Amino acid sequence: MAKVEMTVNGKSVSGEVEGRTLLVEFIRGKLELTGTHVGCDTSQCGACLVHVNGQAVKSCTMFAAEAEGAEVTTIEGITGKDGSLTAVQQAFQDYHGLQCGFCTPGMVMSATALLKDNPKPSEAEIREYLKGNICRCTGYHNIVKAIMAASGQDVGAIAAE
Amino acid sequence: MYNFDVVTPKTVADAVAALGEEDAQALGGGQTLIPTLKQRLASPSKLVSLTGIDEIKGIRTDESGTLCIGGGTTHGTIAGEGSAYPALAALAGNIGDPAVRNRGTIGGSLANNDPSACYPAAVLASGATIVTNTREIAADDYFQGMFTTALEEAEIITEVRFPVPEKAYYQKFEQPASRFSLVGVFVAKYADGVRVAVTGASNDGVFRWTEAETALSSNFSADALDGLAASADDMIADMHGSAAYRAHLIGVLTKRAVAAAG
Ligand SMILES: Cc1cc2nc3c(=O)[nH]c(=O)nc-3n(C[C@H](O)[C@H](O)[C@H](O)COP(=O)(O)OP(=O)(O)OC[C@H]3O[C@@H](n4cnc5c(N)ncnc54)[C@H](O)[C@@H]3O)c2cc1C
Ligand code: FES
Ligand code: FES
Repeated sequence: MAKVEMTVNGKSVSGEVEGRTLLVEFIRGKLELTGTHVGCDTSQCGACLVHVNGQAVKSCTMFAAEAEGAEVTTIEGITGKDGSLTAVQQAFQDYHGLQCGFCTPGMVMSATALLKDNPKPSEAEIREYLKGNICRCTGYHNIVKAIMAASGQDVGAIAAE
Repeated sequence: MYNFDVVTPKTVADAVAALGEEDAQALGGGQTLIPTLKQRLASPSKLVSLTGIDEIKGIRTDESGTLCIGGGTTHGTIAGEGSAYPALAALAGNIGDPAVRNRGTIGGSLANNDPSACYPAAVLASGATIVTNTREIAADDYFQGMFTTALEEAEIITEVRFPVPEKAYYQKFEQPASRFSLVGVFVAKYADGVRVAVTGASNDGVFRWTEAETALSSNFSADALDGLAASADDMIADMHGSAAYRAHLIGVLTKRAVAAAG
């Protein structure tokens, strides 16, 4: 066991971890932030996606020890202090970008990372960016629509399909 | 996973010292190694993380115009900052998905030498040089068959040096589930000739298709490949494609790569 310290959602946290403890295990198990999901555990589905030093990362494929000193943001950390939703979260609600909701934390974190780099992505760019986020329910259509809407773009063209 | 310790040295020298211990193994971005550990296909006692070593990260162009990429540079950085070699930047930008590209590194991919990985094709077609903590290895000597390379125990890839071609293109035919290449062909045209490297197809891993190189060196056009066929001997055959299918794809993808390179 070794001690690891990092900043999660703006708060500094620490804990004893084994070398093999995954970042997602630390987040869910030690910090009890269970918004971050584990869908596959094999780096395919993106349900575990969080931001590490501002970059999208699959937390099932990174060790907690590797996040020493890092700034980590999970789905719990993006909402306002009063619980208000971000534009991306609100758009997911408005455009029915979720059904069961299992993939949603990863989708929202992925979309948030995309819009930071590319504030007005095209539909094709959104679909390309979400390659590593798998959803079994929605067929992706409304997720793409929500992200177009969150970036202030017209969703009419997608709605017509 | 079996348990192990993780250490995070800040210099190549400290990493090499840590790797000198019995059963220690390097950890790059972990995008291949962590899944392998989860399947208990590897059981190191210590992982030496290379992600804290700044001296093996980043991209520069040297006096002779060669593009030098640190072994610990991520696919995402190469995609974003490798514009001096557009075909290579495009290859990096099409590996896996954005989260994989934010962690995975060129050194990790080349050390692993997966028979379907993308960078081996770029390195071999570019006649690149693999630089380690102890020596420089020419691409033609580096790849030694599936998952096998010239690297010794505890040797770290510190840099990869790419001579920048006049024209180049990487044509990947994606296996849709894994997003690796079912077959991928990298064509690079230099003043002194054309090199063609094929990944995803052979049981021996990445290889040069020399007949196509000869034809393209005298006439760099897709037509120059008419009548040429790659041999299906020793091609990978699995549920995704037969040996004959892969051999056929090599011809088709090489033509497309040449046409796209312009
Ligand atoms: C969903 C998904 C899709 C993918 N799609 C593709 C794809 O389309 N094309 C493709 O090419 N790859 C693909 N990959 C693999 C990806 O590119 C990996 O990042 C890469 O193969 C390994 O790099 P890494 O830095 O993550 O290395 P690690 O997983 O950390 O290590 C891999 C091996 O290399 C060794 N190693 C690591 N760094 C060094 C170094 N600097 N010097 C010496 N040895 C070192 C390790 O000891 C280990 O044996 C995909 C991976 C995933 C999860
Ligand atoms: S749980 Fe991490 S990618 Fe699926
Ligand atoms: S909403 Fe159910 S998996 Fe995406």
